[in-house]
Amino acid sequence: MNNIKIDTRHLRQLENESIFIMREIVAQFERPALLFSGGKDSIVLVHLAKKAFWPGKIPFPLLHIDTGHNFQETLDYRDNLAKELGCELLIAYVQESIDKGRCVEEKGVNASRNKLQTVTLLDAIEEYKLDCAIGGGRRDEEKARAKERFFSHRDEFGQWDPKNQRPELWNIFNGRKNMGEHFRVFPISNWTELDVWQYIMQEKIVMPNLYYTHHRKVFNRDGVWLAWAPFMQLKETEEIVELDVRCRTIGDITCTGVTLSTADNLNDIVSEIAASRITERGGRSDDKRSEAAMEDRKKEGYF
Amino acid sequence: MNNTKPEIGLLRFTTAGSVDDGKSTLIGRLLYDSKSIFEDQLKSITETSKRRGNDEVDLSLLTDGLRAEREQGITIDVAYRYFSTPNRKFIIADTPGHIQYTRNMVTGASTADVAVILVDARNGVIEQTIRHTFIASLLNLKHIIFCVNKMDLINFSQEKFLQIETEIKLLAKKVGANNIHIIPISAKFGDNVVDKSNTLSWFEGETLLQLLETIRIADDYSDKCARFPVQYVIRPHDDKYHDYRGYAGRLSGGKMYPGELVTILPSMLVSRIKSIDVFEKSLPEAKSGDSVTIVLEDDIDVSRGNMIVPSENIPQVTKDLEIMMCWFNEKPLMIRGKYVLRHSSSEVKCMVMAVNHKININTLEPDYKDQNVKMNDIANITIKTTAPIFIDDYKKNQVSGSLILVDEATNETVGAGMVVK
Repeated sequence: MNNIKIDTRHLRQLENESIFIMREIVAQFERPALLFSGGKDSIVLVHLAKKAFWPGKIPFPLLHIDTGHNFQETLDYRDNLAKELGCELLIAYVQESIDKGRCVEEKGVNASRNKLQTVTLLDAIEEYKLDCAIGGGRRDEEKARAKERFFSHRDEFGQWDPKNQRPELWNIFNGRKNMGEHFRVFPISNWTELDVWQYIMQEKIVMPNLYYTHHRKVFNRDGVWLAWAPFMQLKETEEIVELDVRCRTIGDITCTGVTLSTADNLNDIVSEIAASRITERGGRSDDKRSEAAMEDRKKEGYF
Repeated sequence: MNNTKPEIGLLRFTTAGSVDDGKSTLIGRLLYDSKSIFEDQLKSITETSKRRGNDEVDLSLLTDGLRAEREQGITIDVAYRYFSTPNRKFIIADTPGHIQYTRNMVTGASTADVAVILVDARNGVIEQTIRHTFIASLLNLKHIIFCVNKMDLINFSQEKFLQIETEIKLLAKKVGANNIHIIPISAKFGDNVVDKSNTLSWFEGETLLQLLETIRIADDYSDKCARFPVQYVIRPHDDKYHDYRGYAGRLSGGKMYPGELVTILPSMLVSRIKSIDVFEKSLPEAKSGDSVTIVLEDDIDVSRGNMIVPSENIPQVTKDLEIMMCWFNEKPLMIRGKYVLRHSSSEVKCMVMAVNHKININTLEPDYKDQNVKMNDIANITIKTTAPIFIDDYKKNQVSGSLILVDEATNETVGAGMVVK
């Protein structure tokens, strides 16, 4: 495959904007935390935070909402990263929310803990008294996200009111709020999936192996390849096969589709994304539940 | 990509025009012809269009992301769209034409370099065109592209196009818009959008996409109008950087160099730039738009809300401002009312002293009698702040020349202002 040349100027423009947002966050909020999922977007967020505050350390903790249904690689990567940065790592467990009766496990073959994360996240925000959760959401990802602000206000119940958002002008961000309310801030709102990969390539960011091709036990459900794990329930017609795959997004294992791919380096991944005719969330079963699935989850306080 | 070609960076543009002007069709055409619509997106909107009984695929469904928008077939809010060609990356701020028009267009235009304004070839310049052109000019967008659309409905007539072109040029002169481009197009059939039209062969200019791909957004601020609002102070408390004290911020307008003599506002203390740092290195200069960390030679007190500027060109330090105010809130602007004012990295309280005049944005005439500034109104007002702020004319520097007003009780952003004096 051809060696790809990247217009580094547009990446620099995006980086400048995101670093500006990172610094506004620490200036405007008292207790922010970066939502770290182990996915590429949150890895890029951490990298930007590192650059924004150098030579100082990242002045906020990482917060991982652990569904208990993880790829082991993600957990290893997370722990190493926090250690390397000297960053505080907060972990909130969905299992604990279930044990406490705060939420109920979904049933059936499509059961996922993706939606349950909202309860755990909102509880963690309350427990750690966070006033800002920094997320890796991008406007190009999904149509409800296209309406998001950089600084997105949440009421005391953690709810998003998409029809009544504060207008955002120039680079003046209004993070004023009342007690009990918080903000979600999305520093890479203006990045596309391709920008993220080009940036990873330019910055030589070490990524979890899951993003590169590897041999894995998978099964096909409704046209999407899913990674097999012991807690996954298979339908009668589904069978486990071993294939060369890679992840295009990484989330809770139960709803993360994998792509058949032989891309084993960043150059090939960037080419693959550039040529792809399907959006990255095409493999996310959590979005396929209904047309407004993302909007509904976001209103309740999802990432 | 060719290595010898200068890197052109991304282009942010805003689109203005109502649904009837074919704006959704135009954006859809740009996205579709540049292969920026994905298969699963197309499948999803095709199904929805069919379910609603539409014969054609409704491309506006791509941008209307909220349930209420899809149900009512309207756009509620500014939507951001991303597409790229092999030559450039684009961000479109698509602003709805129905409700809260001024508010949305001002918001979309505030982060854009270029405005694309649609003109219906059957109607020529109408009130709406005047409004769009005025806002684009008020926000000081660097280029305005007028797309005279629906040329197919006037038989691709060159004569009619030339008439409209004359009207547009007159309008642009009236509002003081300099860099304007006028293209005859048919968004429906794709003429002059991405590919050159055979039917409009008499038009020798570039197509819309060619123009968007090549327009250069030069940093046209004078080198001496550099403004560096301090966002945050970086002080690592470790052994290696024990005495490090860096001022993090984003430079606007011009450049700054190590060794340059600078003044800190509001203290008026003078120092020199010792270094301009980014991650693990120092730079020979910082350019407009760069997020950097400035270290000064002298140990002086600098904090968020302060501004570092070249000593030879200092902004106005004042408590009295004359601004063009775009009002965004259902509660009208209160004369003698108190608001929180946010400007660059500072926040002060202010009081509205007077409404000098309102602008009738359909005729561009000032109205000196009506003092009632309601949502979507634009007015020239005078305000007084409790502490001095550091301002430039908006046309000179967008960062030091812009501000927002926030309602103290609700914390909502209620207005956007541009400094005129």
